[in-house]
Amino acid sequence: MTFADIIKFVETKAAGKSSIIEGKEVILVSPNNWVEISTLLKNESKLDFDYLMCISSYDKGDNKTYGAAYNLFSTTINHYLEVRVETEDGTAIPSVTGLWQAADWHEREAFDMMGLQFEGHPNLKRILLSEDWDGYPLRKDYKEPDYYRGMPVPKDKTYWD
Amino acid sequence: MDATLLEKFDKDNIVVEKLDDLINWSRANSQWYFQFGLACCAIEMMATAAPRHDLERFGAMPRASPRQSDVMIVAGTVTLKMAERVKRLFEQMSDPKYVISMGSCSNSGGPYWQYGYHVLKGVDLVVPVDVYVPGCPPRPEALLQGLLELQKKIKTETPLRKKA
Amino acid sequence: MEEQAIAKSVLETGEMVLNMGPQHPSTHGVLRLKIHTDGEIVSKIEPVIGYLHRCFEKHCEYLSYEQIVPFTDRCDYLASMHMDHAFSIAVEKLLDVELPERVEYIRVIIAELQRIASHLVALGTFGLDVGAITPFTWAIRDRERILDLFEALCGARLLYNYIWPGGVSHDLPPKFVERTLDFLDYFDPQIDEFNNLLSTNKIFIERTGDVGVLPPDVGINFGVTGPSLRGSGVNWDLRKNEPYSIYDKFDFDVPLGKGTMGTIGDTWDRYYVRVLEMRESAKIIRQACAQLPDGDVHEAIPKKIRPAVGEVYGRYESARGDVGFYIISNGKNIPLRVKMRSPAFCNLSVLSEIAEGWMISDVIAILGSLDIVLGEIDR
Repeated sequence: MTFADIIKFVETKAAGKSSIIEGKEVILVSPNNWVEISTLLKNESKLDFDYLMCISSYDKGDNKTYGAAYNLFSTTINHYLEVRVETEDGTAIPSVTGLWQAADWHEREAFDMMGLQFEGHPNLKRILLSEDWDGYPLRKDYKEPDYYRGMPVPKDKTYWD
Repeated sequence: MDATLLEKFDKDNIVVEKLDDLINWSRANSQWYFQFGLACCAIEMMATAAPRHDLERFGAMPRASPRQSDVMIVAGTVTLKMAERVKRLFEQMSDPKYVISMGSCSNSGGPYWQYGYHVLKGVDLVVPVDVYVPGCPPRPEALLQGLLELQKKIKTETPLRKKA
Repeated sequence: MEEQAIAKSVLETGEMVLNMGPQHPSTHGVLRLKIHTDGEIVSKIEPVIGYLHRCFEKHCEYLSYEQIVPFTDRCDYLASMHMDHAFSIAVEKLLDVELPERVEYIRVIIAELQRIASHLVALGTFGLDVGAITPFTWAIRDRERILDLFEALCGARLLYNYIWPGGVSHDLPPKFVERTLDFLDYFDPQIDEFNNLLSTNKIFIERTGDVGVLPPDVGINFGVTGPSLRGSGVNWDLRKNEPYSIYDKFDFDVPLGKGTMGTIGDTWDRYYVRVLEMRESAKIIRQACAQLPDGDVHEAIPKKIRPAVGEVYGRYESARGDVGFYIISNGKNIPLRVKMRSPAFCNLSVLSEIAEGWMISDVIAILGSLDIVLGEIDR
C-alpha cells in the first residue's frame, strides 16, 4: 500500500489519533495514542508491520522536545512506514517491546544516548555506556566530563605547539 | 648472540659469552604475545599471524591467558569502559612483561581524539608502553618491525645486575 | 531408587554465573557474556556490550558528509566497503544525484569482492571457534589475494575510504578486471576444497547440526537479517526484494537454509548459507566485469555536499544483514543526526533466546554462526 492508503486505513480504524507531518511521508503520534496505533500497525492483517527496523532518537535542538523515529516494514505485504513520537523532557513513551522484541535493545540505546524514558520496558538500563556514567551524550547541550574514574577524558593538548 | 656467534662456532668448539646476552637472546626470540585484539587492528594482528606474514617465525605464539604471555599487544581502540580491564590484565601478567601499542587509537586516541567522550586517548595512560606502532591500521609488516624493535630493546637489558 | 534419592539430596547443585569476559579468544571482539549455568547447561545469557563504544554518532554531528565516510569504515571493519556504500547511497538519496553507469558497476564489483572477503573471515574464525585451525589459515590466505586487489585499487588493506557520495575516489587501475577474473578462476575450486575440509566433516556436523535453531518468526520479530535469517529459510535479501543500485540487472540466486544436516535454521545452515553466498557473489562479479562500461568516475561527485532539509532512511544489504542509515539534514553541510542501524546489533540480541538449554561450548558455536562484529554493535 502507498503512504496515502496506509494513512487512510489508519484513520478509519483509529480516527484522530495520528497526524501527518506536512511535506513528509511520516506519521506523528503523541505518546498517549502510541499504544493503540502500534498495536493496530502490528496486528491488523492489511498492514501487518512485522519487522521493526530501527528506532532512532533525535533532539530537536530547542532543549525541550525529544523524539523517537520508528522505521517499520512489512515482509509479507512489502510496504514501509515511518512513525515519530515526540515528547517533552521527562515524559515517558510507552514501550513496544511486547509487540516487536527488536525494540528491547533499541529502546535501551535511546535511553542511554538521549535520555528518553520508556514506560513498560522490562529492563531499562544503560547498554553502551557504564552504569555510573553521567548525562546523555547525544543531547545537543552535552559537555564531556573532565575525568572518569581517574582517567582523563579530553585529549591533553598542552604539548602541541 | 648474533650472526657473529655462528662464525665463532665455526672456528672453535668453545665460545665465551656474557650470561646477560644469553638470557636476553632467549627472551627476545621467544616472545609469546597476549592477543588483546579490540577493534580493526585485531584483524591486522590476525593477518600478521596468518600464513603470508608469518609472525611465528620470530618466535611469537599467540596465547589467550595473561599468565602465559610475555608481551601484550594492545590492538585497537581502548574505551574508558575497557581501560580498567586492560590495567587488570596487565597486572596479572608475570614479569618480565612488555607492551606493544598497535595502531593510532591505542597510541594516542586515533581518529576519535577530538569528540570521543568515551575513548581513552592512548593506552599509555593506564599501562607502561614499550613500543608504539603507528598506522590506522598498521600494515602487518609494520607490526613485524615493531616486534623486532622490541627484540632490540630487550637485548640491551641487564637482567643479572641489580639496579642501583 | 533409594540410592538415587540419597544422591540427589547430597548433590545439591546451584546456579553459577560464569563470566565470559571482554577479553576472550572466542568472542569476536570485546563482548562480555554473563552466563547463568546449571552445571554445563545454560539457563540464561545476558550479553553486555559497550566496550568498544567510540562515539560515532556524536562525531557525525561535527563532521561534514565527506569526512564521515572514513568513520563509517571503522564501524564494521570487516566489510568497510559496504559501510561506505550504504552511507553514500543514503546521502545520494538526499542529494538526488544521478550516477554514471561505470561508477555503479565498479561499486557492485567492489561490494561483492568485499562480501567474499568478509565471509572468508567469518568462516575461518568460526572454524577456529569450534576447534579447527587449518580452515582459518586457508581462508585468510585466500582473503589476502582479495586484499591485494583492493590495495592495487586504493592503497589500503582494511579501511578504504573508497566509495564517496557521488562516485568513487579512484578509477580502476590497469589490468584490474583481468586480475579479478584470474582470482575468481583460482577461487571457485577452493570453495570445494574448503567444503571437503570443514562443511562435510563429521565432527563439525555433530558440533553444529541441530544446535541453536532459530525459528523464522522469532527471527523477524527480533529484527535478525542477513545470512542468519536466510539460514532459517526466510527469503529476505535486499538485493532482490528492494534492489538498490543496479542489482536488478544481474542474475543470481539467494541461498536459503534447508536443514540438510539437522533442523532447518540450525547453526550448520547459517554457516552453509555463507559458503553458498560466496559462489553467488563470484557469479555477480563475472557478469559485472563482462558488462563494465567506460566513463568518468569523478564527474558526479559534488564539490560541496549540502543536501536539502529532510531526512532519509537508506537500506543496504551488507555481509551481515540490513544496514540502515537514518540521516536528518537541516540544510547545512554537517548533518543534524546520523543513526546507524547495524545488523549485528539485532543479530546479537537473539542470542539470549536461542542459546538457552544448550551447553557452554554450543554457545560459542552459536555465537560464531551469528557472525557479529563488535565495532558496528557499539559504534
